Amino acid sequence: MKEFAALIKILSNSTKTNEKLDALSRYLAIADAPDRLWVLALFTGRRPKRTVNATQLSNWCLQMTGLPAWLYEECYHTVGDLAETIALLLPPGKSISVHPLHYWIEQLIQLEKAEEPIKQAFILKAWEELDTSERFVFNKLITGGFRIGVSQKMMVNALANTYHIPAPTISHMISGNWDPQKTTIEALLSENITEADASKPFPFYLAYALENDPSELGTPEQWQAEWKWDGIRGQIIKRNGQLFVWSRGEELITEKFPEYQPLLEILPEGTVLDGEILTFADGFPLPFQTLQTRIGRKNVTRKQLQEAPVVFLSYDLLEWKGEDIRTTALQERRLLLEQVVEQINHPALRLSPAITFHDWEELARFRMQAREKGSEGLMLKKLDSTYQVGRKRGDWWKWKIDPLTIDAVMIYAQKGHGRRSNLYTDYTFAVRDGDQLVSFTKAYSGLTDKEINEVDNWVKRNSIEKFGPVRTVKPELVFEIGFEGIAASNRHKSGVALRFPRILRWRKDKPLAEINTLEDLQQLLQTHKQ
Amino acid sequence: MKIVYFAFMQVLQFTDKGIYCPAGDFYIDPWQPVERAIITHAHSDHARYGNKHYLCHHDSVALLQLRLGQDISVQGIAFGETIRYNGVTVSLHPAGHIIGSAQVRVEQENEVWVFSGDYKVENDGISGQFEPVRCNTFITECTFGLPIYNWQPQAVIFSNIRQWIQDNQAAGKNSVLLGYSLGKAQRLLYNLRDVTEQIWAHGAIYIPHQLLREKGWDLPEIHRITPDTPPSAYKNNLIIGPPSAADSSWMRRFNPYALGVCSGWMQIRGNMRRRNADAGFALSDHADWTGLLQAVKATGAEKVYTTHGFSSVFARYLTENGIPAQEVKTEYGDMDEETGIPETVNSESNNTPL
Repeated sequence: MKEFAALIKILSNSTKTNEKLDALSRYLAIADAPDRLWVLALFTGRRPKRTVNATQLSNWCLQMTGLPAWLYEECYHTVGDLAETIALLLPPGKSISVHPLHYWIEQLIQLEKAEEPIKQAFILKAWEELDTSERFVFNKLITGGFRIGVSQKMMVNALANTYHIPAPTISHMISGNWDPQKTTIEALLSENITEADASKPFPFYLAYALENDPSELGTPEQWQAEWKWDGIRGQIIKRNGQLFVWSRGEELITEKFPEYQPLLEILPEGTVLDGEILTFADGFPLPFQTLQTRIGRKNVTRKQLQEAPVVFLSYDLLEWKGEDIRTTALQERRLLLEQVVEQINHPALRLSPAITFHDWEELARFRMQAREKGSEGLMLKKLDSTYQVGRKRGDWWKWKIDPLTIDAVMIYAQKGHGRRSNLYTDYTFAVRDGDQLVSFTKAYSGLTDKEINEVDNWVKRNSIEKFGPVRTVKPELVFEIGFEGIAASNRHKSGVALRFPRILRWRKDKPLAEINTLEDLQQLLQTHKQ
Repeated sequence: MKIVYFAFMQVLQFTDKGIYCPAGDFYIDPWQPVERAIITHAHSDHARYGNKHYLCHHDSVALLQLRLGQDISVQGIAFGETIRYNGVTVSLHPAGHIIGSAQVRVEQENEVWVFSGDYKVENDGISGQFEPVRCNTFITECTFGLPIYNWQPQAVIFSNIRQWIQDNQAAGKNSVLLGYSLGKAQRLLYNLRDVTEQIWAHGAIYIPHQLLREKGWDLPEIHRITPDTPPSAYKNNLIIGPPSAADSSWMRRFNPYALGVCSGWMQIRGNMRRRNADAGFALSDHADWTGLLQAVKATGAEKVYTTHGFSSVFARYLTENGIPAQEVKTEYGDMDEETGIPETVNSESNNTPL
């Protein structure tokens, strides 16, 4: 556990990818096989079910420290992380434990059906035996989420270093729905992938945003353009007489989309399609909010199926008749894909159209129409490109449309979490409505650390009221808010819901009197609703 | 025998210029210019420009002159020495915060008030040993007045720093430690004097350091980084800079280097990441939670005022635990360690003394 705690410390402190990768590789080299498997599971979102909840942990910490609850709350708001707060508050531990990581995880799993006093006794004993940094990771194992910037790619590279297996192969081996409680690292990294688990998706090929003018990409003849859809990237797999639907987050979501079930009968054995899961009606995509109603639940109601029907807009074919065709050129895969979709001829499986264009100016004009098409921009893919693994530069680019913008004033501020704890980083914004201010969105990212410090300082000096962690502030700071889409909503006071709102810049030059109005928002809604 | 009447006497008042003693007609650490200022220590939020007369501990005199000018009117006194103003007795007592730092004891007709200034209870070897002073009313700082702030003994922290420097050397990196130029820097240098063959420092640290050495303080020899210093000079050595050096062009010359920040705020992971440090050492010149409670209890005060830091939280906790306490607003705490925010970066700061 000491080694794992040390690893977490390096990973969460370092901002340099190479340092993190080194630390991870070094850890894997010394860890035993079960610990390797658990680290892989934890860093790829396969944590075991919670057996102790946050309230229990908080209560036991209060009992052990004798602190009043209000003071514990204050500490939590300052630290911004429950696991860390508790680790800091507990009296010094004995630091006598020699158990490895997997021991603690296995013990925690076994608590699932235990009575509360048994759980409590175990946790208190663990706290006593561990030191502060071990307690922190132990608490994190319970509360979940090591958000320390270890990407799938980094995990793959570290395993590739340790096991001397090429990264794309590792990437494929560790995808899919394996359970750390039922497998071993050796089994997972064994050769026969498809036989071991027919459900495994291929690692997704992801594009970077285009930074320069597309004309720098070469001649238009070498490129294919498609609309970039605002749905969920997914793969549909038919193997071993079963249908699997995967999201890009490598979550198996077959059950959520019964619309795709008929494809089980008609897709040939050994087919993998890449495309977009999208709510769709009358030949047109519906706003992302409608898809959201389908994601959160396991059982879909008939009403949802009617109001938010889903299709699969396919844009790539990765496996055909049991053969992995990712290394053939996009041009050929596309041709095959078009034939497949036509033959299948089912309303749930559609083709994401390719855009015919002759020069880059023409394509730029298409891009301007993206919103009308219900898309968020264009995808550019080189015709001779293979289907690569992970986010790569060069052959695929996304060329999104510029965001919609509105100038708004900050009215509430709240402290952030994790890296941004103890700093006011989460803001709520309002537009003017006559002499009133109406809140319409929250936004987080977009400011530099320096600006965040400056705003934080201002918030601390200009608070009007305090409600728990939220402060009402003097309406004075004006920001330009960017967003990708706008839809009507009766859940929000302003009557609109924004898609991907974020702060574009701090408008120090703009006074409160010049911010946008509720009418401006409604105007945007009229123009851009899909 | 205690007379109840005195318990209500406001020996010190909180005014918009600072902490004021009406009977003695003087201020303690005023933030606006006054006639007579008693200064707890030489940090810029406590010792400001423009006062007619300054009174401080002997060891603070030269530091005040360095910061505020040689021509200020300043009188130094020893710890425990008493001075009388209109029947009010004033004395200074060790605060353990930085060199020359003092608590101010004010006695008027048997009623005793103490203003702590900034303090820590652990003896760091060079800033003096904090001395609890019995009083009726105690005005305490509480920069780190939350139970999440409990420091490890400095021996443990310095051993971690030494290990970190060794690891950096093994990785072929220079070690750059950032800490406030007055206080933290001397504490680091006093305790890490032999850690590398030579120790190099930013001008902001070098200048007060040389001054203190001239005054006879037992501090090691250090070297000043100038635009002409060749990289070979500080290779594998420890380099100490002020917090404002982070992200500045001054740092670039040290590549490859590892950056360590020494501040109580480093207790929380989020702060460390925000500062972009490779390592954070929770080494503070302020009292931790346990230290604050210990200090308050040791004074035996029946009334406590809490200022800069988690003052409302600390006041509520004391009150709930039988020591009536109240938060007061002051203008202390503009400096790095007190807000957790680095001062504005000034790449030309090579020559600014403090």
